[in-house]
Amino acid sequence: MTLLTRFALRRLLAALLVLLVLSIAVYALFYVLPGDPARLACGPKCTADQVAQVRTQLGLDDPALAQYAHFLHGLFAGTDISTGVGTEHCGAPCLGFSYQNGEQVTSLLAQRLPATASLSLGAMALWLVIGVGTGVLSALRHGGITERLLTAVTLAGNAVPVFIIGILLMLLFVSVLGWLPFPSYVPLTEDPEQWAWNLVLPWLSLAILESAKYARLTRSSMLDTLSEDHVRTFRAYGVRERSVIGRHALRGALPPVIALTALDLGTMFGGAVLTESLFGIPGLGKSLVDSVRTEDLPVVVGLVLVTGFFVVLANAVADVLYAVADRRVVLA
Amino acid sequence: MTTSDVLAAPGAASDTPEAAPGARQLWRRLRAQRAALAGVAVIVLLVLVALAAPLLAALEGQDPDAYHASAVDSALGGVPVGSFGGVSADHWLGVEPGTGRDLFARLVYGARISLGIGLAATVVQVVLGVAVGLAAGLGNRFLDNLLSRTTDVMLALPTLVFAIALLAIVPAGFPRPVLLVLVLGLLGWGGTSRIVRAQTLSLKSLDYVAAARLGGAGRWRIARRELLPSLAAPVVTYSALLVPSNIASEAGLSFLGIGVKPPTPSWGQMLSSATTWYQADPTYVLLPAGLIFVTVLAFTALGDGVRTALDPRAGTRLRAVARGRKGARP
Amino acid sequence: MTSPLIEVEDLTIDFPTGTGTVRAVDGLSFSVEQGGALGVVGESGSGKSATAFALLGLHRGSGARIGGSVRVAGVDVLTAGERELRGLRGGLAAMVFQDPLSSLDPYFAIGDQIAEVYRVHHPKASRRAARGRAVEVLDRVGIADAPRRARFRPHEFSGGMRQRALIAMALACEPRLLVADEPTTALDVTVQAQILDLLGELRQETGMGLLLVTHDLGVVAGSVDEVLVMKDGRAVERGPVGTVLGAPRQPYTRDLVAAVPRLGTAEPRGAATGEVLLEAVGVRREFGRRGTRVAAVDGVSLTVRAGETLGVVGESGSGKTTLGRMLVGLLEPTGGELRRPGARSGAGTPGLQMVFQDPVSSLNPRRSIGESIADPLRTAGVLDDAAIVARVRELLERVGLDPDWYHRYPHEFSGGQRQRVGIARALAPEPRLIVCDEPVSALDVTTQAQVIRLLGELQRELGLALVFIAHDLAVVRQVSDNVAVMRAGRIVEYGPAGRVYEAPEHEYTKGLLAAVPVLDPDESAARRAARRRALATTG
Repeated sequence: MTLLTRFALRRLLAALLVLLVLSIAVYALFYVLPGDPARLACGPKCTADQVAQVRTQLGLDDPALAQYAHFLHGLFAGTDISTGVGTEHCGAPCLGFSYQNGEQVTSLLAQRLPATASLSLGAMALWLVIGVGTGVLSALRHGGITERLLTAVTLAGNAVPVFIIGILLMLLFVSVLGWLPFPSYVPLTEDPEQWAWNLVLPWLSLAILESAKYARLTRSSMLDTLSEDHVRTFRAYGVRERSVIGRHALRGALPPVIALTALDLGTMFGGAVLTESLFGIPGLGKSLVDSVRTEDLPVVVGLVLVTGFFVVLANAVADVLYAVADRRVVLA
Repeated sequence: MTTSDVLAAPGAASDTPEAAPGARQLWRRLRAQRAALAGVAVIVLLVLVALAAPLLAALEGQDPDAYHASAVDSALGGVPVGSFGGVSADHWLGVEPGTGRDLFARLVYGARISLGIGLAATVVQVVLGVAVGLAAGLGNRFLDNLLSRTTDVMLALPTLVFAIALLAIVPAGFPRPVLLVLVLGLLGWGGTSRIVRAQTLSLKSLDYVAAARLGGAGRWRIARRELLPSLAAPVVTYSALLVPSNIASEAGLSFLGIGVKPPTPSWGQMLSSATTWYQADPTYVLLPAGLIFVTVLAFTALGDGVRTALDPRAGTRLRAVARGRKGARP
Repeated sequence: MTSPLIEVEDLTIDFPTGTGTVRAVDGLSFSVEQGGALGVVGESGSGKSATAFALLGLHRGSGARIGGSVRVAGVDVLTAGERELRGLRGGLAAMVFQDPLSSLDPYFAIGDQIAEVYRVHHPKASRRAARGRAVEVLDRVGIADAPRRARFRPHEFSGGMRQRALIAMALACEPRLLVADEPTTALDVTVQAQILDLLGELRQETGMGLLLVTHDLGVVAGSVDEVLVMKDGRAVERGPVGTVLGAPRQPYTRDLVAAVPRLGTAEPRGAATGEVLLEAVGVRREFGRRGTRVAAVDGVSLTVRAGETLGVVGESGSGKTTLGRMLVGLLEPTGGELRRPGARSGAGTPGLQMVFQDPVSSLNPRRSIGESIADPLRTAGVLDDAAIVARVRELLERVGLDPDWYHRYPHEFSGGQRQRVGIARALAPEPRLIVCDEPVSALDVTTQAQVIRLLGELQRELGLALVFIAHDLAVVRQVSDNVAVMRAGRIVEYGPAGRVYEAPEHEYTKGLLAAVPVLDPDESAARRAARRRALATTG
């Protein structure tokens, strides 16, 4: 087994442990602590009978540990659940049953995933192209106006919430200029052209600030590499400036960019809450807000777990990708 | 001992100490940065507005919660009467569409929520982060591992998602602003903790700390005299950047309808209701959006200024460049 | 060819700083014939590296202002166009840098990096041919199993192998001049000898010229024909290496030569018979977790008596620093026993103090030097404030600093001055034993001599015992009564200094001593020949 494989396995194992701890924490927080989880899970419109049924279904009369074991079993091996009108099988990963929607949480979330994926992946492509491109260009001409502009935009982007950008873009492109329709999500499988057209504004809102961040990261890590001794070596051996920058400096700048992309993608998969709510994109984030409003606890818990899963996985993947790009990490 | 090494007077090398500056020096260095100075001016103004909110509303002669049916045109669905969202001598910044509540009064009261929650959450985060980071940095390997992994998880989790979920299960009777402070504070201490731990570990291994131990200094004395002064700079820098992100989080939560509950006026919540009016009454969108934007930007500019002022390398960078050329010595 | 290989005339180099410019090189002129070898020697800040960089036009684009003229292998470096300059760099004149790790790209295989350079100067060569050339030069510089090792990345090489790889890169295009900027400074003494030997061989074989920049007079002695001594950007003295090192004419050169510690010239010291202050019996220290435990110190026994100096020598990784930290109680041994008669165990033992290697990190940058020195006195809580200040002023004066500098901060001082502050701090609690961990290795040779002299004076005056840890055999020889030679965590040889240096018993000690550079060029050549013979018989 190579060092790298061992590193990757160790990292993924650690991620698994974190997920386990997270699931315990989430389970405890939502099902053990609050006053009457059955009432919460069932939702505000449930009758006393239904609540009692839910209580049995969730095993709330069992000790906490047994409850959690049951929950874990459902997660990994599936389980049978009562739906209020009958019993149905809930295959792994079983995240429970939404009594309000009359549907299993897993399938509810699976329906929401394509919209979130469309939003995240599209935005990522946009910010990588714009961000890394700008970063490389400004590293070549360092100092001056590009640098100041990038710093300013990134600083703003660190903190200015994405919905402010989104609203301002909407005002400009929809109300004032009338170039774009008010976004309403169309699935890719239905009409690819409309899909892209309607996602332009959400993509832009996410990408504007993100690409500034990436430009700054690319730029600064390229400049770091350019100031390193090995770049001096290649200059001292007559290597063209173009290939010093294109080959050696860019290569040195890649690991942090790759790692950050993995991290951001993970976060966005679980948490593009604001963008999805603003533009009415029926993804996981919007689903979270909706379920919180309707007090649909099983969906909220399922979403929190899924988000945690994406984020923890992205962290592990980011570490492994970084190590692949820069083998020295493995030795440390 | 007559050679240049001994007799060369100290001070020839530089006149700006590399040591972290005190409060007065921090201010002197901040003053040199235009963006940070502008940030300070905006923040001072905002704080004054927030403190004097009742006074300002009284000056205008309006109340943030009073409805003014006459100020909106119910025939058009509730669009404010008059241009720019109903700006008039009575309503300095116009009125809210639909209800006719006075925007100026609501905005100045909203400043209290934004700034109050943003600052209070930062305090909670910093206190928790410093405590956890110090414990991890000074504790044994088991404690360090436990706290560091916990910190990793806290840092990885998207604050917003967990804040939303947590807010959902807390009983409605709990005072909302306090709850927001607690939730943001409990979820956001990871960064501070990581910085404090890393700094503590690197300081702990420095020779001057070893020298202090050899001099007979105890754990507490070393923490107080050798470690804490060097921790202050990174912690202050980081927390200065936490404030704007907390303000943004509060605005985001209120925007989603999960933050401060109506009728308490909050910028995020105003923005949320404004999105339905964005075509009919753009002024109503621009006011809270602009305020959030300016506030966050001002705090960020200040935070960045503090970082530049406290970064010991900033002052010596030029000299380092000049020195570096002479080649490192053996 | 009749034109010289290097012709430098009235070279000046100015670096911009925050407030103005600093003149690094000031009116320097020299020339080197085809195939000649010149050593450029000076202390830090003498402008020697800046001069080497100017030969390849490496100051271009850095903002430095350069005056005068520089001709290398027929190329006017200061006025040459981009294309001509690129042809010079690597093709006609190649450079070997100080730090071999940072001088190679961590992301590419070493063979590929050499091949890339080769293809720059031989655009028609195929990728495969360039790789072949890389393997060939790697093999030439003594990298065993070159075809496989060519695929390694720099972090998979040892320090010595990396420096060989850099030299291989320099050889790739058969340049007429090799510029080596402190090529052995980052290396252990035995590896240093191997690299210098390699440079000598390659010069004989290829007939290329050599410009060797170094702070170490011993390094130039056996490697070059002529020496140029620089100080503050100017040439102080120039001549054949034997003359300059053997009979220097200028006072500065004389000081410099005199300051070099020598293996053979220790003052005779009386055998110490004082009481035992410190005794280590089979001391061991392991690091790492189960499974990957490594013993940094592995069963070390030694004794230190009042008033004597124990020298501990070893190359990097020998465990000498770990040992020093255990002796003063900063680290607990994981095995064996440390006896400190009359002192309690653990850090803060009043009788034991330490002087550290790094003059930068050993003083808290946020506290005045006076407060740093006063700290142990304040902790002890015996003296009142006025008495403490008086005592600190006295200590400052004793180590050769102005007592009025009490309130100054560390960054205002030079490396040598900071080391004096460190010594004063160690003296403050009136210890009977001070462990000095590489106390002079970060200092220039003249400063080094002053600090060593100070330690000697203090020892005589106060009856101090010293444990002097260093990698430099000559320095240790100068100060020690007894010497312990460490290798891989163990003491391989231990005894009176005279005996260990003059009649070493262990092969490792013999090898170390044979590798130490000496100032006499003839002896240096003789030693090199001996090393080669030894290599021929064993290999």
